Amino acid sequence: MAVRKNQAGLSATDKRNFVNAVLELKKRGIYDGFVRTHEEFIMSDRDNSDRVGHRSPSFLPWHRRFLIQFEGELQKIDASVSLPYWDWTADNTPTASIWGDDFLGGNGRSRDAQVMTGPFAYSTGKWNINASSDNRPYLQRELGADGAQLPTRAQVDAVLAMTTYDTAPFNSLSEGSFRNYLEGWRGQGRVHNSVHVWIGGQMATGYSPNDPAFWLHHCFIDKLWSDWQRMHPTSGYLPAGGTPNVVDLKDTMRPWNNVTPADMLDHTKFYTYDR
Amino acid sequence: MSSNITRRVVLRGTAVAVAGAALVAPTAMAAGRGAMTGMDHSGHTGHGGPQPFDEMYQGRHIVGKAAEPGSMSAHHGDGFSVFIDDRELHIMQNGDGTWISIVNHYLPLADPHAIARAAVEKLRGAELVPMMMNMAH
Ligand SMILES: [Cu+2]
Ligand SMILES: [Cu+2]
Repeated sequence: MAVRKNQAGLSATDKRNFVNAVLELKKRGIYDGFVRTHEEFIMSDRDNSDRVGHRSPSFLPWHRRFLIQFEGELQKIDASVSLPYWDWTADNTPTASIWGDDFLGGNGRSRDAQVMTGPFAYSTGKWNINASSDNRPYLQRELGADGAQLPTRAQVDAVLAMTTYDTAPFNSLSEGSFRNYLEGWRGQGRVHNSVHVWIGGQMATGYSPNDPAFWLHHCFIDKLWSDWQRMHPTSGYLPAGGTPNVVDLKDTMRPWNNVTPADMLDHTKFYTYDR
Repeated sequence: MSSNITRRVVLRGTAVAVAGAALVAPTAMAAGRGAMTGMDHSGHTGHGGPQPFDEMYQGRHIVGKAAEPGSMSAHHGDGFSVFIDDRELHIMQNGDGTWISIVNHYLPLADPHAIARAAVEKLRGAELVPMMMNMAH
């Protein structure tokens, strides 16, 4: 059983194994399939019609399933690898070790936002951007540009204190909704969304998994969901049933069509967190 | 495409709604670098759909207009289409009336005009990939 660890505490070997497995998935053409799938859901998930991956209650179980699938692909290459999580409330500067040459590489250069360092720089020849909304073949980042801010621990704690999983209309308008405030369409810090914005480049687009930081960000979001479940043991997934356009507790989720939010509620069947 | 004065069309009726001004601030500041032409304050979003626009911005030709019936944006773009140098930008309206695009997905802005300009800034001269190419699978 995989134990997912805080990226700040990874050994040099852990980092190298993770990076090498990601590069191998890219080489085999598997990685870009995840990018395309994510974008298809981003485009079709809408506030007033069918929505599965985003702006809806199944945002959390959908991304949990998506991460489990990705982690499974990594483990086919190296069984020792698990997804690390990035606590952006703590490691919150462009010089944090996550952006080191031995891990995700650094900020983009000012001229064209191109990432020039680390294993995902275009010059390595191993990280071409193939699925994108524009024709730039290189990974881009603009860490903290235009005054973008990462969420603070206090903002995250305020969201974790919310007691109701989700509320009508079960979209980006939901008030008093742990899910919508964690996703960041509402609330101080716009939690999940603002991390995409802070990184910039492809992370700010529908093709966000082009940046491997996507997985470390969503792994922390996933951990926050499990933290919330532990804090509120009597607060279950909502809605329970009969809700148009959204995935109820026991409805199946696209694109897998064989997994429900109920199947995803207990992550310890699949992996655990280090704390 | 370079900025071509014959293609420059004076911006009309595209005032940013006051309520959206705070959200738009980073983009509006960046607009100072661009080829913004006039702006009047008669327009208002929220009545009968967004205001159309057609202007050069940072050397790019941006157009926003009601979607052609049956077009992809009639289906996906809430009845409004945005183009950057004749390539369509995928946009979406949020339930609260704000807008996002495929290149700016996690930061809602007030209207399609602000979305178009933000996309130009993010593209830094790059071309959009035609939407159908991404849809074709
Ligand atoms: Cu997503
Ligand atoms: Cu995300």
